[in-house]
Amino acid sequence: MPQNRIKKCFDGLRKRGEVALVPFITAGDPDLDTTRGLLDALCRGGADMIEVGVPFSDPTADGPAIQRSSARALDKGVSLPKILEMISSLRRKSDVPIVLFGYYNPIFHYGVERFANDARDAGVDGLLVVDLPPEEARELYDPAHDAGLEMIFLLAPTSDVSRVRAVMKLAGGFVYFVSMTGVTGSKKIETAVVEKLVSGLRENCRLPIGVGFGITTPEEVTQVAKFADAVVVGSAIVRLIEENSNAADLEERLEAFVRELKNATRSAGPARA
Amino acid sequence: MPTLPDRNGHYGEFGGRYVAETLMPALHELDQAYNRLRKDADFKRDVRDHLREYAGRETPLYFARRLTDRLGGAKIYLKREDLCHTGAHKINNTVGQGLLAKRMGKPRIIAETGAGQHGVATATVTALLGMQCEVFMGSEDVRRQSLNVFRMKLLGADVHAVDSGSSTLKDAVNEALRDWVTNVATTYYLVGSTMGPHPYPRIVRDFQSVIGIESKRQIRKHEGRLPDYLVACIGGGSNAMGLFYPFIQEPGVEMVGVEAAGDGIASGRHAASISGGMVGVLHGKKTYVLQDELGQVQQAHSISAGLDYPAVGPEHAHLHATGRAKYEAVSDAEAMEALQLLTATEGIIPALESAHAIAYVQKLAPTLHADQIILVNLSGRGDKDMNTVADYLGVTL
Repeated sequence: MPQNRIKKCFDGLRKRGEVALVPFITAGDPDLDTTRGLLDALCRGGADMIEVGVPFSDPTADGPAIQRSSARALDKGVSLPKILEMISSLRRKSDVPIVLFGYYNPIFHYGVERFANDARDAGVDGLLVVDLPPEEARELYDPAHDAGLEMIFLLAPTSDVSRVRAVMKLAGGFVYFVSMTGVTGSKKIETAVVEKLVSGLRENCRLPIGVGFGITTPEEVTQVAKFADAVVVGSAIVRLIEENSNAADLEERLEAFVRELKNATRSAGPARA
Repeated sequence: MPTLPDRNGHYGEFGGRYVAETLMPALHELDQAYNRLRKDADFKRDVRDHLREYAGRETPLYFARRLTDRLGGAKIYLKREDLCHTGAHKINNTVGQGLLAKRMGKPRIIAETGAGQHGVATATVTALLGMQCEVFMGSEDVRRQSLNVFRMKLLGADVHAVDSGSSTLKDAVNEALRDWVTNVATTYYLVGSTMGPHPYPRIVRDFQSVIGIESKRQIRKHEGRLPDYLVACIGGGSNAMGLFYPFIQEPGVEMVGVEAAGDGIASGRHAASISGGMVGVLHGKKTYVLQDELGQVQQAHSISAGLDYPAVGPEHAHLHATGRAKYEAVSDAEAMEALQLLTATEGIIPALESAHAIAYVQKLAPTLHADQIILVNLSGRGDKDMNTVADYLGVTL
């Protein structure tokens, strides 16, 4: 089995002394053809890894920006098979690691084994299923693991040691630390607080730690890059796409924003060893 | 038969805790607090006293003689939950969980509501216990149920109109979950039916089981034996679960849950998750869900707002899968006819939800013998539905 692109990505970054920039984009917003172009723009802008949002009718962990974006995508008829097809065409030109970010029901409905195999064949590297804590994850974990996909789990400010241990039993790729109690894009990150929580986490966590939720500006990216291995920016990108969806230069604007964010990860100084 | 749910909140393949990691510690905390308090004599007494002195229990088990004669078959008994304070069984659960939240030291209560019955029952209990209350309600429902919105506000609750998605109950649940994940340290989410992640389906079932426990005692007193059939309507399934649970180990008692068929299952416009849905995951639980071929959740349709939910409690899903209970569906038109029948024969105007159970009894009773017994849960009274009924009958009020 070829080495998973997520691990390879973190290994490469570590050698270069860099922190990963991980943009999030909702598949199919404003439509799938646009998303294809936007994925290229993310790569050109310097994305180290991409979270591709799989829209769901009831996104209970998401704030208004991603809710609206999911609704627009569903109105355009986006579906898991179409998203996988889009990723396999991206794979013909890029090796950027792809993590699917979504909710369990569309995957469960697709069939976990068929889904794991089809996702692997399309070139997906990791799965982050928001409403699938480790207690419920076995059903998807086994086929995903067999297919060579990493299951990425969330940890939160509410997670005590017992939760960290429960998550670490199944976690692969990296750990996604939710910077606040809240939904995506709802509050500003308090970096000093998050830094303490993340450094507390290191002791029980053998994987790279990504931080997300509430990171919107290059300044915040720089601050978080000082203590995290990956910085996830979601709602700010989704809002940029929403505000510029009719602009002829949408791809250029997105590429420029992502480049700015990627550069911000570098101004944090060399990453932790 | 082992006691369900298991340690992780599963009822066979159903139930569980399908929530974001942020909420897992809160669900553990709730589970632990509930497991401690449900055995605590002082807490149990507190709940019992409130149900008796405040909610008006026990409720009568009433022999519906004229309805029985009209249908010409089995004897029909009505469990009169419509006589509870606030007009429905909902108060059994809100009293229980309100007292639980108070003991857990959570000063702020949030709740979802569809038609507003659970919202009113929650706001009632928070007024009684002096707690802060915020209710999430789809903006479409806010418009349709302005009277209940006013009641909640009068009781001191803040009502948040939810504009996302279809602007109905399922979106109100989404928004309540989003609020809870944000304010989890100070907030108790008072779930209104046997739904949501574990331990909610179990907690709501336990607090509603008073319906079945009383019914068992009362029917023995009236008839010297248990009934042949239990019948109750199902939205999320709390009134049915409350009635069924104490009878699950009684093999001679058949249990029938009645879902809302809306315009008919074939029309696609219904709220019958078991009869017309597929297994899926929504709002923290695995159960039967109304969904399309891509696993996107679909809007439910029923004339009865309390049944208008695109999923069902996980224990019902399990009772269906194991065959212990049967699930039937009744259309808007049949429920409306049953509402009029019960009103005319017994002088009892049922809630539209409960009228679904009566409509099934209307079909079942004539097929049975005169010495057989049907016990039906009359889960609420119909006052709240008068505008809907008048509209349906073409009457302008």
